[in-house]
Amino acid sequence: MTASEKNIVLQGSELKQHYEVSQGPFKPKGVVKALDGVDFKVEAGKTLAVVGESGCGKSTLARQLTMIETPTAGRIEFNGKNLLTLTGEDKKEARERIQIIFQNPYGSLNPRKKIGQILEEPLVINSEMNPASRKERALYLLEKVGLKHEHYDRYPHMFSGGQRQRIAIARGLMMNPKVVVADEPVSALDVSVQAQVLNLMMDIQKEFGLAYIFISHDLSVVEHIADEVMVMYLGRVVEQGPTHEIFSQPKHPYTRALLSSTPRINPEQRIEKIRLPGELPSPMNPPLGCAFHGRCQYANDRCKHATPELVEDDKGTLIRCFGYDEGRLDYLNE
Amino acid sequence: MSLLSVKNLSVTFGTGDNPFRAVDRVSYDVDAGEVLGIVGESGSGKSVSSLALMGLIDFPGKVFADQLDFEGQKLLEMKDKARRKITGDDIAMIFQDPMTALNPCFTVGNQIMEAIAVHQGGSKKERKAKAIELLRQVGIPAPEERINVYPHQLSGGMSQRVMIAMAVACDPKLLIADEPTTALDVTIQAQIIDLLLELQREKNMGLILITHDLALVSEAADRVVVMYAGQVVETGPAEELFRNPQHPYTEALLKSLPESAAGKARLDALPGVVPGANDRPQGCLLNPRCPYVEDKCRQSEPELIATTGRHAVRCFKPLTQEDAA
Repeated sequence: MTASEKNIVLQGSELKQHYEVSQGPFKPKGVVKALDGVDFKVEAGKTLAVVGESGCGKSTLARQLTMIETPTAGRIEFNGKNLLTLTGEDKKEARERIQIIFQNPYGSLNPRKKIGQILEEPLVINSEMNPASRKERALYLLEKVGLKHEHYDRYPHMFSGGQRQRIAIARGLMMNPKVVVADEPVSALDVSVQAQVLNLMMDIQKEFGLAYIFISHDLSVVEHIADEVMVMYLGRVVEQGPTHEIFSQPKHPYTRALLSSTPRINPEQRIEKIRLPGELPSPMNPPLGCAFHGRCQYANDRCKHATPELVEDDKGTLIRCFGYDEGRLDYLNE
Repeated sequence: MSLLSVKNLSVTFGTGDNPFRAVDRVSYDVDAGEVLGIVGESGSGKSVSSLALMGLIDFPGKVFADQLDFEGQKLLEMKDKARRKITGDDIAMIFQDPMTALNPCFTVGNQIMEAIAVHQGGSKKERKAKAIELLRQVGIPAPEERINVYPHQLSGGMSQRVMIAMAVACDPKLLIADEPTTALDVTIQAQIIDLLLELQREKNMGLILITHDLALVSEAADRVVVMYAGQVVETGPAEELFRNPQHPYTEALLKSLPESAAGKARLDALPGVVPGANDRPQGCLLNPRCPYVEDKCRQSEPELIATTGRHAVRCFKPLTQEDAA
């Protein structure tokens, strides 16, 4: 076991989530493959970003990791133990160590509870701590996320969006987690506040050695915060690798299109526009072959009939594309 | 003469001696064939100012302006009926969330045909043909069939295309797009912005693009208005403004983007938040958050003053290029 493998806190392999959908009384049930075979690893203190458009399965992944949803197939290992076979105390313990921060801080805080109650609830449920030490911990974390002691007795409506997201982060930290799943944590916030919250998240990661699964559709945020990026399309990973590799030379046509669609202030950073025609196909009846072929300008007959596998290149990036395997993506040869 | 000329537009809410100024003496012009970007964070008044243009501010909101002219016609002095002829026909608006802006009870064809019926009339057959043509123009595949679908059968991007079709149905001279792509994915956002700019060029419309996304504005707009707490803090040609921001707020916004922090561990975040209704500071509204604050800023309020060419800034000490470097 190498040093980096030892640090892996969360690992998923072949994760699948299939939903059965009724299509009418006399029709056979359809299957939506929200996730279809996803593998990843995260080390302590590192950030894995999951990017993709709506419907690509990134939130489903978050729900599986936090044990809100049970995968149809696959394995999730947390500290070497398979989460899916855990029972009783072990399962509860694992739940405490993997926490989630949701996208919309206006919806994720109970408006009828005071901040103190919101923060202490996980402790009431999961620990034997007495009220005084619970309050102490809540105040400690309020301070850590840049709020004041007097905020302990206030209600969520008295806070701005950025402050609420800070509270949600503090709540996520109450149980001393090892892994924090952040599902679009800054996309509901304004630019200047977004920067504050991102800074806070990075400070906290350093201090507590947290592993982040950072789900986002904003590539400029991902480029800044992530160590590794996983690009998903229709329930599958299409490209996965170290952040600087992916951003300096995106290999999969979809990653390239995503990057070129992201607006940039600095004209030098704009790359040639690739416009994807059409939209994400329905996961109910995904296209045959490569799921992306209908929108891909490099697609040929092979892409329409066979499904490509993830292939690793010499720099450690995984790519799922026939065009890459066959060397017919002209932008890579320039 | 510019297409739209706004001088000292204010919108206040609340009664009593001290109503809240959601929009505070905002001035700008839009020419035909020009894209004006209005950027700002939530609560900066960017949406309210455009609703005021459209006459959509209801009681208890009050709209004041020294000048609110569309092609030389004074919108504020017009009778409601005459004004309604202009809004929806010559001035059209696209809203942020296409899923809620469309009526779920009617087919999209019905809704587009209604807009045509109100402003242009024509027989049902003509209107239907026009609606199909419009759907084709905004890039909806198989428009003959799509005209009969209900909004819930369309994706977000497709609904936004329908909204655009409806807005351009009467060949408006000015199109106001209020966060047209905020609810959409990046690849769809790129498609919609391309479509808007293409229509704008084709029909030589004026386009007001309201958004919080600075990068989007920098790519799409000719001129930019930056708003903060109801006021215009800086305005100028897009390229110049983003290259050499002269107001500390614009500079701070640009610096706080992850894009500008390449290679740095931390982002340069502007401390604090946009002041709300009851906590607007005295003097310059930015003074509690401004890194260059001086005593003067706390006591008196700066005016929007032209610096170079069409660039204007509301600051006692506008940043020069050396400061920014």
